[in-house]
Amino acid sequence: MKNTTPIIGIEVHVELTTNSKMFCGCPADHFGKSPNTQTCPVCLGLPGALPVPNQKAIEDTIKIGLALNCEINEETHFDRKQYFYPDLAKGYQISQYDQPLSHDGFLTLDSGKKIRIERVHLEEDTGKLQHTILNGERVSLIDFNRCGVPLVEIVSMPDISSTEEAKEYLKKIHQIVREIKVTTADLEKGQMRLEPTVNVKITDASGEHLTPLVELKNINSFNFATLAIDYEVKRLVAEFEKTGFTKKGGNKSTRGYDSVKKVTFPQRQKEEANDYRYFPEPDIPPLRISNSVVEKIRTELPALPDVIIENLVVSGVKLPDAKIISKDRLALEALTAYPGFDQTKLASFIVNKKIDISGNITSQYRKLTQIGETDTGKLSAFVEKVITDNPKVVEEYKKGKTGVLGFLVGQVMKLSGGKADPKTVSTLLLEKL
Amino acid sequence: MNKQIHELSVVELLRGLEDKRFSSVEVIKHYLDRINRYNGELNAFLHINEDAVKQAEAIDKLIASGKKPLGIPIAVKDNFLTVGMPTTAGSLVLKDYHPRYESTVTKRLLDAGAIIIGKTNMDAWAHGSSTETSQYGPTLNPWDLGRLPGGSSGGSAAAVSAQLVPVAIGSETAGSIRQPAAWCGVTGFKPSYGRVSRYGVIAMASSTDSPGPIARNVEDAALITSIIAGADPYDATSSTKEVEPFRELLKRKDLKGVKIALVKEYLLPTMRAEVKTLIHNAAAHLESLGAKVEEISLLDPKYSIGVYTVVMRSEVSSNLARFDGIRYGHGRARFGDEAKRRIMLGTYTLSAGYYDAYYKKAMTVRTKIVSEFENTFKDFDAYIGAVSPGPALKLGATKNEPMFGEMEDILVEPSSLAGLTSAGVPCGFVDGLPIGLQITGAQFTEAKILDIANLYQKSTQFNKFPERYQK
Amino acid sequence: MAKTIITTDDVAKVGILANLPLTEDEKKLFADQFSMTIDVVNQLNEIDTKGITPTSQVNHLENVTRPDVIDDDRVLTQEQALSGAKNTHQGFFVVKQILEKDSE
Repeated sequence: MKNTTPIIGIEVHVELTTNSKMFCGCPADHFGKSPNTQTCPVCLGLPGALPVPNQKAIEDTIKIGLALNCEINEETHFDRKQYFYPDLAKGYQISQYDQPLSHDGFLTLDSGKKIRIERVHLEEDTGKLQHTILNGERVSLIDFNRCGVPLVEIVSMPDISSTEEAKEYLKKIHQIVREIKVTTADLEKGQMRLEPTVNVKITDASGEHLTPLVELKNINSFNFATLAIDYEVKRLVAEFEKTGFTKKGGNKSTRGYDSVKKVTFPQRQKEEANDYRYFPEPDIPPLRISNSVVEKIRTELPALPDVIIENLVVSGVKLPDAKIISKDRLALEALTAYPGFDQTKLASFIVNKKIDISGNITSQYRKLTQIGETDTGKLSAFVEKVITDNPKVVEEYKKGKTGVLGFLVGQVMKLSGGKADPKTVSTLLLEKL
Repeated sequence: MNKQIHELSVVELLRGLEDKRFSSVEVIKHYLDRINRYNGELNAFLHINEDAVKQAEAIDKLIASGKKPLGIPIAVKDNFLTVGMPTTAGSLVLKDYHPRYESTVTKRLLDAGAIIIGKTNMDAWAHGSSTETSQYGPTLNPWDLGRLPGGSSGGSAAAVSAQLVPVAIGSETAGSIRQPAAWCGVTGFKPSYGRVSRYGVIAMASSTDSPGPIARNVEDAALITSIIAGADPYDATSSTKEVEPFRELLKRKDLKGVKIALVKEYLLPTMRAEVKTLIHNAAAHLESLGAKVEEISLLDPKYSIGVYTVVMRSEVSSNLARFDGIRYGHGRARFGDEAKRRIMLGTYTLSAGYYDAYYKKAMTVRTKIVSEFENTFKDFDAYIGAVSPGPALKLGATKNEPMFGEMEDILVEPSSLAGLTSAGVPCGFVDGLPIGLQITGAQFTEAKILDIANLYQKSTQFNKFPERYQK
Repeated sequence: MAKTIITTDDVAKVGILANLPLTEDEKKLFADQFSMTIDVVNQLNEIDTKGITPTSQVNHLENVTRPDVIDDDRVLTQEQALSGAKNTHQGFFVVKQILEKDSE
């Protein structure tokens, strides 16, 4: 009897949608621009140029941290992560190592399962390489427009145990970072990039085994992430059955995903290349994030999807409807603008397109609920009858038990065949009582 | 007797320009002649500004219109980026490199109306204390052509000493202004770390690099420091403290109420007795001016060598990573031995498994050095000591000495690691060669240190220029 | 403290990490000089630094940032950006390709 459980952690990179780059004043919007037209001494790594961090990018990263229930580090700084690659202008990337802006948060899946967030830190993006052949030689063309764009890395703990959970986690992250308006997170433009780390726990007659870790690099769609993880889990299990290889220090490997062939493939890396020689960035003084700054940023956060859904459910909206509405700003506004209407019904009408939210919502709702009789002449008769028929309840009301009014309104509604306007009814009742 | 132009200080030149005794063009031409005559043997300049005369003409027009531009020539170490003149940092990796932007220091000098007459030789990437690691040949010491000028700002110091320029800009990571100034018998001033912007200076060790002047005297150094100092939005480590008019604050007539420490450990056991005597003489002279001088004990400077070696090499290995020959310059194979050694050692000390043993250990000892100084400056206005253990060494002294720079700069490394401010002024001669005295104070006490150094200099007779270059 | 021995292999590894091409002679020379330098550094172990926080900057500054605005003054034109490069093509910098894929 064999049991396999995937163990998945995901690193998500999101480019922040700031005006300027992370450490210089070049425009951050690089998509579709002519190559090397948005660079300056700083991001092109010219001699003597120095980085000065973008205040908004720091605040936006804190926002992401707070939205993911993270703690914000009071003392934090930038570090240099050093490696050589042609798209890295300075020979190091300014990132954060031992004191990220935020850490230890979580994201809750629909099942209630919490995926722990290890850290959320701020760094700079690299340039872009394009591989081609020039004069018979294999070359890479480098464009540094993207080099230095603020990039936030969100690292989860390996708490994800299925591709479904992975997909939900990613979609939720995507929704949150868009909702708090720090990035447009357009996957097709590479503004959100995914790197799942996968291995598998295999339980068989001889006990529990962990397969080696595999890091899947730079995936730019939720579907590909799912497919790549699925493929990798199967491959790891098959590899284990064939070789018996288990996780050890140093046998982590890096693979890419070929979305055409639908397979993962190994990416070769020099062993030494993983020694990043981090040290505190001497060109940038440390950051001290005071509590008051954190609280100010917290108040700027819009309600997050999880909170919106919870509030909707409390007000009577069914969970599936609440989830749909939480993702649609206009629908949410329409629903919450009419707290007097039955929220369960109104939400259902909106979700099922029975109400056109761009039209007159009151009249559409009334029509659908077929209530709204406000003719006091007709209604007075019903009110009189209900008062006469329920002397005990009327007595209680007069003694101060105002809560019974609802019962009396209900009785009038019944007599009217549900067509009376409850507001008019209660006004009439109050008058007579 | 009328002094020749090259015998005038910056302050005197400014007065002469104002009084129309000579024009900026005349000053520039005079110095260009001298450079033509002497640079061949000294190799102090790597590039000469071909437009200098044209720029002086423009300055003269400004003067005629009643404005007060500096109008004086200034030499700039070749690690400051200058638009219109190549910048090589003394390395073949940057041979013929033409910068795309102007360093903040040179921009401020140009804005003030100075004329950058040329770029001076230096140890490649500022790695060294000899100017012998320059890949464009060493600069020679104007006091003795068989000797080194010191470094890394050796070209700047030699140029001022041989009177090829009235003032020059250098940069100091640990001693690179004060040590060559001492060996060439001129005044070097290292402002506090963060006082002068590093933007556009090819980085050596980012956490200690401090640009500053090498001058004929303290007064000129004070004047130039006020121009180049101050906050720079392009350098996050530059201080926003207000810049004082340092030259106008040179007011002291005596040193009453000033407490000066003489650091025992800085009178090294290996140091020549004559040098020790000169330092004791300086202490006695300061006392005669009214200062209270007391011997104190600080952490043995040999530990600063260890800290500095690790900090500097680690930062160097990182700062030189951008020179890959892809976007500009030439390939990494062109680095000379000294740069390679430093990059390699810094890479090693930061690499996995060694970080704690070397880098982190060095940074914690650095904390000790910093706090020791903080305590010292609670009781003292400044401390004094020699800049360098001895006078200029002979050419070739750096051969097979992988720690040459660190050993020569042992007495200035502690102050650099703590980001202090320090003036280096001549305090006598040994074997006919100048010896430098350092007067070092707490961070951002430039005004006080310059004032003390100025009074010391004006009341002593050590500020001399070598015979060979008098005419 | 035991003397640190640095081998030519160690030097070779560091050379790869530092992206420096080294000749065999250089490796040997640097290995010897490395040991000398490390010996000087190892003197630091004579100092007790327990409980002391490392100092990486000495300017006492904090929270130095810039507002999120575009600084057009410093943006280089494509021509300026490429002007120092030996090898360019249609607005791009060009390098020999670094292989990162192995076909399976």
